[in-house]
Amino acid sequence: MAARSATPTPAPAGRRFSVGPSVGLLPFLAYLTIFLLVPTVTVVVGAFRDDDGGYSLTKIRLLGDETALNALKNSLVLSFSSAVVGAVLGALLAYLVVTASPTSVLRRVVTSVCGVLAQFGGVTLAFAWMATLGGGGLLTTVLADAIGSDPNGVPWLYELRGLILVYTYFQIPLMVIVFLPALEGLRPQWREAAVNLGATTWQYWTQVAFPLLRPAFLGSLLLLFANAFAAYATAAALISQGGFITPLLIRTSLTSEVLLGQRNFGFALALEMIVVVAIVMSLYAWLLKRTSRWL
Amino acid sequence: MGAGVWRVTRWLLLLAFAAFFAVPLLALLNFSTKDPFTKERSGGAWQALTQDPTMTEAIRTSLLLALFTVVGMIVLLVPTMIWVRLRVPGATRMIEFLCLLPLTIPALVIVVGLRNVYAWVNYFVGDSPLTLAFIYVVLVLPYSYRAIDASLSALDATTLAEAARSLGASWFTVITRVILPNIWPGVLGGAFIAVALVLGEYTISSLSHYNTLPVVIVLISKADAPESMAAALASLLFAAVLLVGLSFLDRRRRPSEGK
Repeated sequence: MAARSATPTPAPAGRRFSVGPSVGLLPFLAYLTIFLLVPTVTVVVGAFRDDDGGYSLTKIRLLGDETALNALKNSLVLSFSSAVVGAVLGALLAYLVVTASPTSVLRRVVTSVCGVLAQFGGVTLAFAWMATLGGGGLLTTVLADAIGSDPNGVPWLYELRGLILVYTYFQIPLMVIVFLPALEGLRPQWREAAVNLGATTWQYWTQVAFPLLRPAFLGSLLLLFANAFAAYATAAALISQGGFITPLLIRTSLTSEVLLGQRNFGFALALEMIVVVAIVMSLYAWLLKRTSRWL
Repeated sequence: MGAGVWRVTRWLLLLAFAAFFAVPLLALLNFSTKDPFTKERSGGAWQALTQDPTMTEAIRTSLLLALFTVVGMIVLLVPTMIWVRLRVPGATRMIEFLCLLPLTIPALVIVVGLRNVYAWVNYFVGDSPLTLAFIYVVLVLPYSYRAIDASLSALDATTLAEAARSLGASWFTVITRVILPNIWPGVLGGAFIAVALVLGEYTISSLSHYNTLPVVIVLISKADAPESMAAALASLLFAAVLLVGLSFLDRRRRPSEGK
């Protein structure tokens, strides 16, 4: 059902097509147009329309309102903090793993677990942290028994700090996945060459390894940033109401569209999201080009 | 730094990471096997997974969605990728760009702009949660593309196709009976990731008001927290089994490639 018309069926006997073999790509291109390009264009165009169907900048101006600006600020802080923490800790974990042999159990377990946590939806992860630090949670109970902390759970789990903590839970694994190939590309010969020339371990790291890894590290950092900025499920499962960060504000504007002035505002917010992610991803692509020169 | 010190530090750090990742999952298990009122151990929440009609319906929907998405992905992407490699190599970069595009356009943005498209989808094929499969095919494209591309690059597809064509095979036969069996591991890998992604997808299904498994998990968490925790852990474990299976598939392929 999902793709009834998708198989390219070229005429079996025809060696020479009048329109050429690129006709075989049409089903794929048509599908992507309908389910990817049309929604995106709808968002971009919708952001510039007002409630009467005419074109205007009303919705775009609403982005400058306090609510939207606050949400954007929170989103940026959340994405940046979780990306930095995730990148540093993830790079460390990747290094611990890469020093083990490629076939070791440790490596296989870590990469598999990371694959699951980074790619599987955020709802589960949000619940895992609620079961840990929420009311009646595992750590909450243990800590309440041991040091007499609040048995109702930590109140900040549903605030910015809590979101950062829960986000690092999928950011660290993602960092391991994207940064591991770069670390593997660090050839032992380079270290041997440096040691041969009399370099200490410290000198090797600061003058050879870090400069080589810097573009890959920054690139991964940007990827993590975009990943956190676009994430919705974790935050939505943790915080059931309100527009605390941009993705949640989009939810509010979608569900309360009947309210005056909210119509189409979701489009403007979504456009804002596209712009931020597009900037970050183009930087990422540019850095990736520099990385491939060495690693 | 001495080798001994480093070894100890390394294991301590690994232990810290292990604790950070294991504790929330253990907490899920703990929460889902404990009665919220009597504080006693019980398997009731896990039993409810197969008995609560809302839950079983959601599990069925999500599994069917995963199936349709995988079928759609294979029917749409595999012939296109093979066709590009054999007949239109000039379009390689464009197809790659298009396949990776969903990574750049957040699912949240797609769902905001989806209403017009789904008005037509619902008009033509009816209003069912299973129509989500159409959009899920797009979401899994980047991952499937990478998996299939890796397999296809390791293969001399042109020579195989020429041999088959010179023996009189139609293009359809070339794609389905010559190339496809050779890239099967890549297709399977892409399918595994697709299943994992679909089972965990929340953004689009919740905002389109369709009751897939993650949506129901959030929905019932207010009424019956242990049951939703049990469902969350079960789905995570299921995805883990799939992806670990994938890593074994990867390993089996590797020795034959050589270094």
